[in-house]
Amino acid sequence: MDAKPNDAAPDRRDFLRTCARWAALAFIGWAGGRQLLRRRARVSGSWCRADCADCASADGCGLGAAPRLPRVSRLDAVWQLDPAKCIQCGRCATNCVLAQSAVKCFHTHAMCGYCKLCFGYFQPDAAELSSAGENQLCPTGAIRRKFIEDPYYEYTIDNDLCIGCGKCVKGCNTFGNGSLYLQVRHDLCLNCNECSIARNCPADAFTRLPADRPYMLKGS
Amino acid sequence: MKKAVLVCILFAALQAFGAVQRFPTPDFESAYRLPQTQTPPPRGDLYEYIDTAVLVAALGLASWLALGLRSRRGIFALMLFCLAYFGFWRKGCVCPIGAIQNVTESLIRPDYAVPLTVAVFFVLPLVFALLYGRVFCAAVCPLGAIQDAVVLRPARVPRAVAEALSLLPHVVLGLAILLVLNGGGYLICRLDPFVAFFRLGGAAVMLISGGVVLLIGTVVARPYCRFFCPYGVLLGWASLVSRRHLTITPDDCVNCRLCEDACPFGAILPANEGNPAADRGVGRRAARHALTLPLVIAVFVLAGGAAGRALSPANRSVRLDRQIAAEDFGAAEPADESRAFRAGGTPREELREEVRRVQFGFVRGGRLLGAYLGLVIGLKLIRLAGSRRRDEYEPDRARCLSCGRCFEYCPREHLKRRGGTAIPVRQHENST
Repeated sequence: MDAKPNDAAPDRRDFLRTCARWAALAFIGWAGGRQLLRRRARVSGSWCRADCADCASADGCGLGAAPRLPRVSRLDAVWQLDPAKCIQCGRCATNCVLAQSAVKCFHTHAMCGYCKLCFGYFQPDAAELSSAGENQLCPTGAIRRKFIEDPYYEYTIDNDLCIGCGKCVKGCNTFGNGSLYLQVRHDLCLNCNECSIARNCPADAFTRLPADRPYMLKGS
Repeated sequence: MKKAVLVCILFAALQAFGAVQRFPTPDFESAYRLPQTQTPPPRGDLYEYIDTAVLVAALGLASWLALGLRSRRGIFALMLFCLAYFGFWRKGCVCPIGAIQNVTESLIRPDYAVPLTVAVFFVLPLVFALLYGRVFCAAVCPLGAIQDAVVLRPARVPRAVAEALSLLPHVVLGLAILLVLNGGGYLICRLDPFVAFFRLGGAAVMLISGGVVLLIGTVVARPYCRFFCPYGVLLGWASLVSRRHLTITPDDCVNCRLCEDACPFGAILPANEGNPAADRGVGRRAARHALTLPLVIAVFVLAGGAAGRALSPANRSVRLDRQIAAEDFGAAEPADESRAFRAGGTPREELREEVRRVQFGFVRGGRLLGAYLGLVIGLKLIRLAGSRRRDEYEPDRARCLSCGRCFEYCPREHLKRRGGTAIPVRQHENST
């Protein structure tokens, strides 16, 4: 506000405004600087969840005893689901804000038994072990079954078809090795501020991970 | 039956030793190689830096357009660009309004740190508001922009209604913080009416509610910004004490009232010179409101505690506890939630303890929220008791969105643009 000639004298209102403004700016600067200067303990790819007072690895986290946790991280946080908590309720397929869910089935081949009778691929009461549609568990036929050598078959997921319903995951977890599991694919995920699936997940399986370790892969 | 139990126990034992495979991975005789699991990375740092740079540039440009160049056209163009970039291209996430929740969450949860970008998005518009007023609202906020683009026939909201509705942002802000502090999720994001538009898809409810807000927005200009936006509360406080602020007239006010008619947001304080009635009894009314302020706060604290308890089912654990209790009573079918809880093996007592803690947090937070709302209402009553004398039409700093419609209508502005202040204006002249 430009001072008018007739109120050139110091104005009480203006003075209070200036004081409040400087107080606010100083607070922002102080709080921001304090958070930026701290380092955050990182334990095995995830942010440290431990209360340092009773943390066994207080010396092991590289920050010495009782590191004060900053509240700002340079890394972005991304949503991911913990396969160990997942109960395959099927809500991932329908609760994502995307038309086709960003949650897809992942397959760790190193854990797969390459079974001829795959419980993730076949209906429990499949008439025969063929890739005929009526035998498949997957509602969209997103799992490809390929003969490798007797008696082993390779199973791969077609990401364009997979809707993340977790039916195969349930079968594989209940009767097989559990090499099929659900994960958020980060090339699809919009990384909403509040994940719409996480809100509705009955098992509370969703967490935020630092963007440089965005997956919770099985068998690694 | 026995067999089935045995098999179950066997499977359970196998589950416990996760490393044990029921069917070992075969040793292939052919030259088969195990495929690798694809792990596409998140969109990466680059976009975050671009977003931040665009935000800084847009805020700076908006400040210059509103205060320096004084160009409504420029502000509108920048607004459309930001609607396209932050809204439709970046899908409206994360925005400073929602960032309130992230910042709050980082204050209480040790395992959550606000990403730097989100922190910058939260702080920068506030800093600019402290310096130049709510320029963020004028041209940068995509939620404001989509509403501003549909302001067709703005009607004047009656003052009493507008003042009452302008309490709503305080309620939303308080509720959002209360819910985040007690694990009740992100209220602001859930009530964001436009995110479905930005993503060009979403639940029907979201699309319809967004459409309704936009429809209302054709006659009530920017309804979300004025009567809902919780970030607007913070920006309003910052703008109240801003270093500089957009002025309506470039030099002198001729009290022509054109700006007041031009402002669709009711954010212009009229000159009230020569209206002594405005001053009569102000002191007495204000004193009466000040005396009743503690009473108002006390009532709201009591109501807030009860409301807080009623809100506690927003927390997942409280819902789970009720579900399990209902199942044990035989009043509800087993749900996925309780199934997952029972499979997880957490003791029931631990959940009860958690629920007690959460409910206590809700009641305490509800009382604090009540105290805050009581204070806001009381102070508003005191402020509404009367206004101080003004010789000129001024923007209401807390409410002015710096959109620049007012100076576009100011005759003094037009004179100045034509290259002169040739017509002398007597100070405080009333021209009708």
